Amino acid sequence: MTIIKMTAAQVARKLIEKQPLFILDVRNTDAYDDWKIEGHNFEYLNIPYFDLLDGVEEIIPKLPTDKDVLVVCAKEGSSVMVAEMVAEAGRDVFYLEGGMKSWSSYLEPIKVGDLTGGGELYQFVRLGKGCLSYMVISEGEAAIIDAVRFTEVFTNFAKEKNVEIKHVFDTHLHADHISGGRHIAEATGATYYLPPKDAEEVVFDYTPLEDGLTVKVGASQIEVGALYSPGHTIGSTSFVVDNKYLLTGDILFIDSIGRPDLAGLAEDWVGDLRETLYRRYRELAEDLIVLPAHFMIIEELNEDGTVAKRLGNLFAENHGLNIESEEEFRRTVTDNLPPQPNAYQQIRQVNMGKITPDNEEQTEMEIGPNRCAVR
Amino acid sequence: MEVTQVLDAKGLACPMPIVRTKKAMDALQSGQVLEVQVTDKGALSDIPAWATSGGHQILDQSTEADVIKFFIKKG
Repeated sequence: MTIIKMTAAQVARKLIEKQPLFILDVRNTDAYDDWKIEGHNFEYLNIPYFDLLDGVEEIIPKLPTDKDVLVVCAKEGSSVMVAEMVAEAGRDVFYLEGGMKSWSSYLEPIKVGDLTGGGELYQFVRLGKGCLSYMVISEGEAAIIDAVRFTEVFTNFAKEKNVEIKHVFDTHLHADHISGGRHIAEATGATYYLPPKDAEEVVFDYTPLEDGLTVKVGASQIEVGALYSPGHTIGSTSFVVDNKYLLTGDILFIDSIGRPDLAGLAEDWVGDLRETLYRRYRELAEDLIVLPAHFMIIEELNEDGTVAKRLGNLFAENHGLNIESEEEFRRTVTDNLPPQPNAYQQIRQVNMGKITPDNEEQTEMEIGPNRCAVR
Repeated sequence: MEVTQVLDAKGLACPMPIVRTKKAMDALQSGQVLEVQVTDKGALSDIPAWATSGGHQILDQSTEADVIKFFIKKG
């Protein structure tokens, strides 16, 4: 029978539409246990490709015939080999083009909503890694927030929409993924903003992102306003867009809150995190729609694939916003933290401009889930 | 350590380093040592995992420039 290529974009549709898929993951077990393609209705079988070199007869009975079977490996080569063996055994089978590497890179742009005067807000969902980036579009202009390193996705999208990128922001110095913000600004002539308290060691020029700063996008002047909200990092800054959306960066997620330890200062920053979540955010309108920079689990995805929820609902439902005792809060966000993201210290160095790894090295650094939250 | 055979798998991408390693190993006797030279970074975790699952032993491993060397004793 035949082997057929499946792209990361096709897997993304299956995930968002909650379709069934059977994934035969042929990476080694450690890699699989650390990070895999998550899906509401996905089933899995993990057998390393090197255990299948003598044949796939043993696993054929375990492969369903009533749903698509997708063979996945790190880069593609091993999945093609295994898929060919499965096809020779008489089954139709798919392999993932570009492997987990392409899954980690894939961005799905989804419209979050309309803004005043015909503007639009898009969320770029990096399903494989859980990163969320944003583009505010209004009358020929665009602002980008927390862009990941695949800069062409953003510049091409801007071209498609016929808008000029004027402002590029990072809510904080990221530790789990490499920012594309500075490079987009360089390529387009846009202004690149970074919170100065996170930027003490950076080796490039930037425009300070200070509390209260507002920029206008487009002729109808959709407002993007900065709100200093430290805790994940000392510089972490949120944005209120068009008085309707609250972009929280890595401070507040849908089902969790930010972790304060990735710059090595958990004890110092836990008080800031508490202050931001329990006072500064409480002063905001509960009808704001929260748009975070990450999701951790696919249950955080809405029906349309976006990650967004009303602030008032999060005050009621998010465990991290409902810890009354300060002492317990301190313990929750400093003890028993999940493992730190892969290569997070190196990633911070890249985002400071101190090291410039090539594309393949950047891919290696970003392997694995993002792990920015405390639940 | 006496190396019985050297396998040059430099420049090969996954899965070929392990496919070649397995083939070379099949031709050796138990206790003999295969030196494998690879450049594919995926081999760093895959070769030890493969060796363990096949009952072989990694006696030593080193990295010089971009070349990773494994010394594997057949089980």
